Amino acid sequence: MREVAPTPETTPVPAPAAGQASVEREFTVAERSQAQLVLRRFLQHRAAMISLVVLIMVVLLAYVGGLLWHYQAGDITPDNSQPPSLDHPFGTDAVGKDQFAEVLRGTRISLQVAVSVAVFATVVGTIWGSLAGFFGGRTDSLLMRLADLILTLPLIAVAAMLAHNFGGTWYLIAVVIAVLYAPYVSRVSRGVVLSLREKEYIEAARALGATNTRIIVRHLVPNALGSILVNLTILVALAILLETALSYLGFGVQTPDTSLGLLVSQAQTALTTRPWLFYFPGLFIIVIALTINFIGDGLRDALDPQQRKVRQ
Amino acid sequence: MTEDPLAVSTTPTASRNGAATDVVLAVDDLTVGFPSDDGLVQAVRGVSYELRGGEVLGIVGESGSGKSVTSLAVMGLLPGNAQVSGSVRFRGKELLGARESELNSVRGRSVAMIFQDPMTSLNPVYSIGYQIAEAVRAHHNVSKAAALDRATELLELVRIPNPRQRLENYPHEMSGGMRQRVVIAIAMANNPDVIIADEPTTALDVTVQAQIMDSLQLAQQETGAAMVLITHDLGVIAGQADRVMVMYAGKLVEVGTAEDVFYTPRMPYTVGLLGSLPRLDRPSERLTPIEGAPPSVVNMPPGCPFTPRCPLAVAVCEEIEPELAPTTGPGHLAACHRSEELVGASAGDVFDTDVVDTEALAHFVRENEGQS
Amino acid sequence: MLAFAVRRILISIPILLLASFIVFALGVSSGNPLAPLLEKNPPAPPNVIAAETVRLHLDQPLIPRYFSWLAGLFHGDFGPSVVSTMNIGHELGARFWVTIRLIALAMVIALVLAVVVGVLSAVKQYTVTDYTTTFLGFLFLAMPSFWLAILLKQGGIEFNKAVDAQVIYTIGATSIPPPPGTGAQIVDVLGHMVLPTIALALISYASWSRFTRASMLEVMNSDYVRLARSKGLSRRTVMVKHALRTALIPLTTVTALDIASIIGGAVVTETVFQWKGMGDFLLTAIRTEDVYAASSWLLLTGVIVVMFNLIADLLYGVLDPRIRYA
Repeated sequence: MREVAPTPETTPVPAPAAGQASVEREFTVAERSQAQLVLRRFLQHRAAMISLVVLIMVVLLAYVGGLLWHYQAGDITPDNSQPPSLDHPFGTDAVGKDQFAEVLRGTRISLQVAVSVAVFATVVGTIWGSLAGFFGGRTDSLLMRLADLILTLPLIAVAAMLAHNFGGTWYLIAVVIAVLYAPYVSRVSRGVVLSLREKEYIEAARALGATNTRIIVRHLVPNALGSILVNLTILVALAILLETALSYLGFGVQTPDTSLGLLVSQAQTALTTRPWLFYFPGLFIIVIALTINFIGDGLRDALDPQQRKVRQ
Repeated sequence: MTEDPLAVSTTPTASRNGAATDVVLAVDDLTVGFPSDDGLVQAVRGVSYELRGGEVLGIVGESGSGKSVTSLAVMGLLPGNAQVSGSVRFRGKELLGARESELNSVRGRSVAMIFQDPMTSLNPVYSIGYQIAEAVRAHHNVSKAAALDRATELLELVRIPNPRQRLENYPHEMSGGMRQRVVIAIAMANNPDVIIADEPTTALDVTVQAQIMDSLQLAQQETGAAMVLITHDLGVIAGQADRVMVMYAGKLVEVGTAEDVFYTPRMPYTVGLLGSLPRLDRPSERLTPIEGAPPSVVNMPPGCPFTPRCPLAVAVCEEIEPELAPTTGPGHLAACHRSEELVGASAGDVFDTDVVDTEALAHFVRENEGQS
Repeated sequence: MLAFAVRRILISIPILLLASFIVFALGVSSGNPLAPLLEKNPPAPPNVIAAETVRLHLDQPLIPRYFSWLAGLFHGDFGPSVVSTMNIGHELGARFWVTIRLIALAMVIALVLAVVVGVLSAVKQYTVTDYTTTFLGFLFLAMPSFWLAILLKQGGIEFNKAVDAQVIYTIGATSIPPPPGTGAQIVDVLGHMVLPTIALALISYASWSRFTRASMLEVMNSDYVRLARSKGLSRRTVMVKHALRTALIPLTTVTALDIASIIGGAVVTETVFQWKGMGDFLLTAIRTEDVYAASSWLLLTGVIVVMFNLIADLLYGVLDPRIRYA
């Protein structure tokens, strides 16, 4: 599915289901529902599928693996400053904490923050943007100017200020980051609502006498769901990067809690002597953000193949 | 107007030497496929034709019949993933697989193309003067001023008022009809030998279509170029083309002079196309729709691709795809197992006119009469 | 054009005014300037606290405080700092020049890199080049900026160790004390910029190169590029004059929209390389509960962002004739 779309006349049509060709000559194309098509295209997106598998493995490792591992986060073992070994795959720090256990705990917290941010920001932002798009006029300009204003400021600076005042625990950090990402979501969802309102098929449905509820349930939601879902994945990746950066600067998750960013931050002074403390949490951040971005990319391609050419 | 019917030759041997002096463009067994997830999309399947100097050749077919892809292949403008085979020769020079620099010496200079949608054919960030002059300067070593003079001249030829001032206009400042004239002017810029017009009027208002066809005819006369006129509209072809080729599912299914194809069609699809065309000379005749849709050109079954929609289909049609074969004369070819049986048949004879539909129409007429 | 610029600036003024209130509210809510005094052991005497309360206008409600701060801005007074000897305006001004050179250079490099890589992967779509650059782009998008910066810094340290000389500067924006002579100082400043600029540019280039690639692909599939090719123009002319020229126009907007996040990236980068720039100013302000300094920092960033967007708008109008200054 990755070739340049040829001229409209030759746009490839989905193939017939196996063994059907000889039965029905005229329509050699099996009918498929939109959901089946999306799923099929997603399953064929190799990078997205590999990423999904890797991400599931990371999540399982963090939540299940952490329980099964013979050290718990915070345990002080007699081995201090050990390089990676079979007993300590990610080595130990200066006081003898097993870094594998620490990284798994950091992963859990970072993931929790990121997912909470994504969900919370999506809910708030979608309501925000839909209200603006739905009501239009003064409500719209007021809500959107506010969003613009927040977006003109560097998120990390505002997040640091708010987190300094409220923060420390992971869920408060999540709330702060989510509030700052909500305007971003609101812009996207407003755009979706506005463009959908203008679409011919909505007008057609209205002309056919469909009720508002039916239009919303049958047309608006399924069509908006795609962009909202894609945005959700982008948010998870962005949130994990912002949370770790915030923790690195010292305004994010605070000890005794930990996060991947905090682990990197604590390790940077020991980079020469105990480099493993620095590399492993960083690697986990990259793997999580990378796989989520690829999954988001695959979702976007699957949901809107036409848009593939013009995606950012 | 009618050219020698022999100008169309589908036998590879006749076109291979390309000896006929006034043959400008010879396409031989052109095949184009696009790989896709579901298999190779066979957009064009073995199309052959010859185009003589000054001749107007019409190519007719539905969307997806491969007519546009054929002409893009001639220009070497297909996307990179296209699989092309066969031969395209301009004045005996092979264009398929030719180097980009060789192609560039032919494109615009010898073979020019006009595209379907004038709204998107011009670059929005350059003035039209620049875009015409650019075409001139691509093949002639002249100054910018001289190229702009030529551009003015061309705009005048395609009847754009105040051509001097118009040079500085950007595409978005012009109407669709105006823009298509600019595109025609660009095609004329270097007095090409061949102009390929790919659905030049499809995207335009009906009122503008006739004007654009006039401009096109003018362009052809002015440059003396041969023209390939691609359209799905038989009405557009009727007044202009010397010869007509009908395409279906990537193949030529009927070839002949305009008279041959319009008056003695020998392929049910052509008959159907003509039957769906309203005609002022026979107002009483019912329009006959062709039921169904063109087939998918992926993993095509054997046999004639028109079989599922053909009222004349018999067992052999499902098995063997017919080749183009001479019918009323050596230049009139059709690809149909039952072309003999079409002699004297009208569209109404071949295609069912739906009874229910007729009744509904009669009812509608009665109601209207009752009102007036 | 001029009229458009003036009009555009006039529109920016109410936005900036509204922004000034928001940044003020954000800044003053970032901490309690008296907290360090109260938490001191032994606590500061009440009369000191009372004096600080008055000096920092903490006795006034939010709105009057905002207006007195706003009024002060017009004659260069950015409000009192918790460090009574510090003039926020002067200090921030000095830090601005340190940071803006990092941001400007990193943006230029990132843009050049993004255009080159984006065009290359669009032209060579679905080749090894495309897949490699796409993967690298995704990798840099997923890489925490501080991690990459620390990695580069460590690389510099290792390199210096290997050659046993201070070839690559890894700490600070300049040498302390600066070397004698203007020429030597310029070289010194540039030398210190190398690693932070690379770090910041790499983080920013990735999304822009993805954008360039997508935009370029769209244009390359457009009808007008096909028409340009059918004129017989060389591939190079078509790519540069028709495809690239048109594809780059929307990049101006995208770049301008990203300026805020680049400033955020600069805060992190500067922290890693221990620059005394705007980043350090902000973090110190937050840590020491210096609320007016924090507000002023946000205000300055807001002005920078608005300015960049203004420039982008004007540039867009120059590049795209469809935009009218009517």
